[in-house]
Amino acid sequence: MPQTHASGQPYEDDAPEPAVAPAKAENTDALDSLLDEIDDSLQVNAEQFVRSFVQKGGQ
Amino acid sequence: MPAHRRIFGLETEFGLHLDAPQGRAITPEEVAGHLFRSVVEWGRSSNVFLPNASRLYIDVGAHPEYATAECDSLTDLIASDKAGERIVHDLIADGERRLADAGIDGTIHLYKNNTDSAGNSYGCHENYLVRRRADFRAFASALLPFLITRQIVTGAGCITRTPDGAHFSFSPRADHMWEGLSSATTRSRPMINTRDEPHANAELYRRMHVIVGDSTMAEPTTLLKVGATDLMLRLMEAHVRLPDVTLANEMQAIRAVAHDMSGRATVELADGRRLTAVDIQQTYLDVVRANVGGVIEATDEVARILDLWDRGIRAVREQNFALVETELDWAIKHRLVTRYRDKLGCGLDDPRLARLELAFHDVSPQRGLYFKLVEQGLVTRVVDDARIARATTQAPQTTRARLRGQFVTAAIESGQDFTVDWVHLKLTGAHQTILLKDPFRTEDARVETLLEHLGG
Repeated sequence: MPQTHASGQPYEDDAPEPAVAPAKAENTDALDSLLDEIDDSLQVNAEQFVRSFVQKGGQ
Repeated sequence: MPAHRRIFGLETEFGLHLDAPQGRAITPEEVAGHLFRSVVEWGRSSNVFLPNASRLYIDVGAHPEYATAECDSLTDLIASDKAGERIVHDLIADGERRLADAGIDGTIHLYKNNTDSAGNSYGCHENYLVRRRADFRAFASALLPFLITRQIVTGAGCITRTPDGAHFSFSPRADHMWEGLSSATTRSRPMINTRDEPHANAELYRRMHVIVGDSTMAEPTTLLKVGATDLMLRLMEAHVRLPDVTLANEMQAIRAVAHDMSGRATVELADGRRLTAVDIQQTYLDVVRANVGGVIEATDEVARILDLWDRGIRAVREQNFALVETELDWAIKHRLVTRYRDKLGCGLDDPRLARLELAFHDVSPQRGLYFKLVEQGLVTRVVDDARIARATTQAPQTTRARLRGQFVTAAIESGQDFTVDWVHLKLTGAHQTILLKDPFRTEDARVETLLEHLGG
């Protein structure tokens, strides 16, 4: 897939903001477990993965 | 049209993504070509009708598109729509093999979403069969304030990235709409496309072709999106007096509503008043409710739609998203994104959250996050897996789709060439073309004869 990513796109320019939410004392529930489970695979080359998804518009 | 019967259809353009970090440059058109090679082998075209009577093809921009067959119930529609996700997903393994043969190792992802990472948009179109009428333009225009504000309940939800930072929005599609009514699609995306193609007896029917909606993953969201719109159309067809909330500027309104999760942003009406999307949706819900038991037959399904509609509006008004966090796409995603952001301690513009969004819309039952949420009971259902599996091969049985499904299935089994579209069936050779103009009709002597000829 072509890397038609133009400069000036948000990903390139916006440095990640510092953490805004204080660590909440949430119970480990089903959603937390699920996020723990997929965390590793989502983190691998996330930026490159997302950027490479460029297609033309449809209808 | 029989009382309380309507034909529904959903057309979904899928996002196509080849994840091939080491691969040579390959265009989306080439990837789509490999993905559809198996379809071309049996269908002699990349634009086919399937045994379940739906249509599968490659649309503008190399988007795989699936159009459900004609359905006359919301549950059939949802089953057929979900079957489409499985059908396009089932092309992936073969497509990846063919890519590998061509020297490209990579993973194909298909997303049921509405934007790629560069901000290009593609759609999910809703079709509602309505009686032909002289005042169709005015009729369609009257639906616009509803369509513009329904995103606070039926929007897919998304992270919007701007040069000034990122924020969560109700609808990824809202920013890509350029006018209210038009017969164009890609050139100037309207909210309702007025192209006059009823795919039925044109003296009796028109098709309300709504292209402003988001692609929705959760079945209850699709139920509400199509169900509430159908209820609005029923009131309008019965000439029930609706509150006049004509908007002063539709394009400004749809964007203002999309980008305000607080539900407090107001939009200007043509009469100068200012109302919130919450106010407007509540007004419509009240009118619909007042007509249940009258114009609208009271059924369990209508009760479910109204309950979800009511909770969706309350969730925004009371800022209590938990009221719909297992049913409405935007609330499901908001919860997911918020929790993951808290876990990572990052900003909303972090690419890992964009990666999470893509995972949510991934149609793969193994990789797709939507399916994992369903497994964990974090997203509720309308139809079960067995029904969706059946809908991948069997057409809806209560509309014209039944005839098309029988014909396509029999023709493929007998190995004979055939031509099909929404209203025609034809076996190649010395056979007549059968015209099926009534989308409600499930039996036809000419089709029976043809099926007998095919050995069915």
